[in-house]
Amino acid sequence: METVFLVIATTCYFCGMVGYQIYLLRSEEVIHRAAWTALLAGAAAHGVAIALRSIEEGRLAVTPSPQALSFFTWILVLAYLILQPRVGLRILGSFVSPLAVGFMLISSILPESIIPQSGVLKSGWVVLHVAALFAANAIFALAFCAGVMYLLQERQIKKKQFGFFFPRLPSLERLDKVNHTCLITGFPLMTLGLVAGFAYAGAAWRTPWSWDPKEIFASATWLIYAVLLHERLAVGWRGRRAAWLAIIGFIAVLITFLGVNLFLKGRHTAFVG
Amino acid sequence: MTAQIILLGMNHKSAPVEIREQLALACRAETNPLCTRSHFQYVEEICVFSTCNRVEFLFTSTSANEAIKEVKSLLRTHLHFSGENAGIESLHIEPYIYIFKNADAVKHLFRVASSLDSMVLGEPQILGQVKAAYREAAACRTVGVILNRLIHKSFSIAKRVRSETRIGSHAVSISYAAVELARKIFGELHDKRVMLIGAGEMAELAAEHFLSHGVRQMIVANRTLERAMDLAARLKAETVSFSHITDALKNVDIVLTSTGSPDPILNHKDVRSKMRERRNRPLFFIDIAVPRDVDPEVNRIDNVYLYNIDDLQGVVDSNRSERQKEAERAEHIIDEESIKFQEWLCTLEVAPTIIALHKKAETIRRNEVRKTLSHLPDLGEKEREAIEVLTCSIVNKMLHDPIIFLKKKGERDSKQRFMDFTQQLFRLDEENSSTCSSIDSMER
Repeated sequence: METVFLVIATTCYFCGMVGYQIYLLRSEEVIHRAAWTALLAGAAAHGVAIALRSIEEGRLAVTPSPQALSFFTWILVLAYLILQPRVGLRILGSFVSPLAVGFMLISSILPESIIPQSGVLKSGWVVLHVAALFAANAIFALAFCAGVMYLLQERQIKKKQFGFFFPRLPSLERLDKVNHTCLITGFPLMTLGLVAGFAYAGAAWRTPWSWDPKEIFASATWLIYAVLLHERLAVGWRGRRAAWLAIIGFIAVLITFLGVNLFLKGRHTAFVG
Repeated sequence: MTAQIILLGMNHKSAPVEIREQLALACRAETNPLCTRSHFQYVEEICVFSTCNRVEFLFTSTSANEAIKEVKSLLRTHLHFSGENAGIESLHIEPYIYIFKNADAVKHLFRVASSLDSMVLGEPQILGQVKAAYREAAACRTVGVILNRLIHKSFSIAKRVRSETRIGSHAVSISYAAVELARKIFGELHDKRVMLIGAGEMAELAAEHFLSHGVRQMIVANRTLERAMDLAARLKAETVSFSHITDALKNVDIVLTSTGSPDPILNHKDVRSKMRERRNRPLFFIDIAVPRDVDPEVNRIDNVYLYNIDDLQGVVDSNRSERQKEAERAEHIIDEESIKFQEWLCTLEVAPTIIALHKKAETIRRNEVRKTLSHLPDLGEKEREAIEVLTCSIVNKMLHDPIIFLKKKGERDSKQRFMDFTQQLFRLDEENSSTCSSIDSMER
């Protein structure tokens, strides 16, 4: 059953993606509405799939890696669906939807590792740790999309060569503002998630820090965003550099999130696989 | 004989400048030629579009040649009426007139309303002018079934062209291109400040464009203070001394320069140091001066964008060709819609035949039902109703296929043959009463 819903979700996301690519070519209200609805339907089916899995396993299905990525995609699409009507940045869908489809496909081919049952996810700290970090990562994914859009647009204006995207992308200031908003909401969430993780580790394993690869990469990622936030608020960084840093930050997020799970062993391996 | 749609007129492409001057006068005189002439002999419906670049008469008539003569004389009086010096009488307008008939006329109107025939391709005013012309014609009651439908169709097509192509979305003047670029950098302009350095005419024009697109704060700097104050008064701006322009960079977002200075007045180092103070808020330089006022190196600074006159001209040129490309897509839409309209027009021609066919069948049915019922006085209300329904459905089912056939043929050239054929087959051309009696006699 769960697979059926996952396939439906992926198909809906795919339709949404196609719709949003068509929207790039022909910016008509109907097309946008159809694409948006497809994403919404996908998110609904996806939610059912996650719920089924969670009920079956008796815990929130956020591990191992394939589920983690799938859950992350769900949060990302939800974040977009909630945010889009508020900021009115429709073109963001054209960038978010391929990301969603890509993640869904990767999640379906990732090796399904068997992890021992454990009560870890029943701890409040861990739930907070997982929830805050997933939300932060989804917001950073949006910042990543906004950053890519910014760089595309900035390049065209600077080089005075106007291509396909010029009339379709919003103004630089708007994109920069999206980037900024994502950063100042994502960063506290990320900090909260990490602190919750350390708190749990401190209580359960007596030491909050154990040079676990995931811990090291997560801290590095946090540092990248901390630098970006500092430069933005204190020095007044904005524009191209901030966009690049948002992109680098998200790549670091992906490495921490997936790369470490797949290639390195550590404290998280037992739960994440 | 059915009515033809004819469009007669001249525009900026067909007429030389001295004729167009008269057009401009006629346009400004705001007299509607329809009101000056109350009666037409051959023209059935008519509507006049008069702008500074064109005057066009759209009309229908069953006798085309006479109607064209009539309208030509109307055009002459229209031009003469408004040309005070009356030299127009001697001007030979005949060679500058174009006449389109039927499908061509329809297509031409659609092209005009969609701004494909305009001097500046894709300019938005023309649709408003066509709408105004239609309102006037409607007020003078000179439009009927065909022109009503045709002109309304032209509105919806113009809207379709605008929404489905990007014909109107590229700026084709330098000052507008500058505003468009500023919008792509800043988004909303209402909280942005513009500094105008120098008092070139083009810069002033651009400044006016910025003001009309939401900019509320503007400051003016010029070497001669008088000139600056003069300009500031016109633009409702403040003035700043010319020696302080580098300091002023801290608080402005858009800088328009057009001084006669032989050397750059703003260099890389000045701007760079100001960007730190600005906390990297974007700065947009529009340098319209030749020789240039702003060091080209400035464009390399992060969050600073510099466009000189050639860059803007480049934008305008590429936008023009972009509009040209979009115009091709628009032409396709228009071809499609012209065909659809032509089809409607043709079904209009077969309509009288269809109505006659219906009428005849209905008369026969009613007569026969009456006769039958008079022989059967014992029938109840329910039975009578059943007979009515039965006969009606027989007639409708019998007629259904011939009518569909006619409607289909209505879109073809051969329709006249089929219409004649139908009329002979059912003897529709005779008076209704006589047809009924003849059928009665046949039955006997």
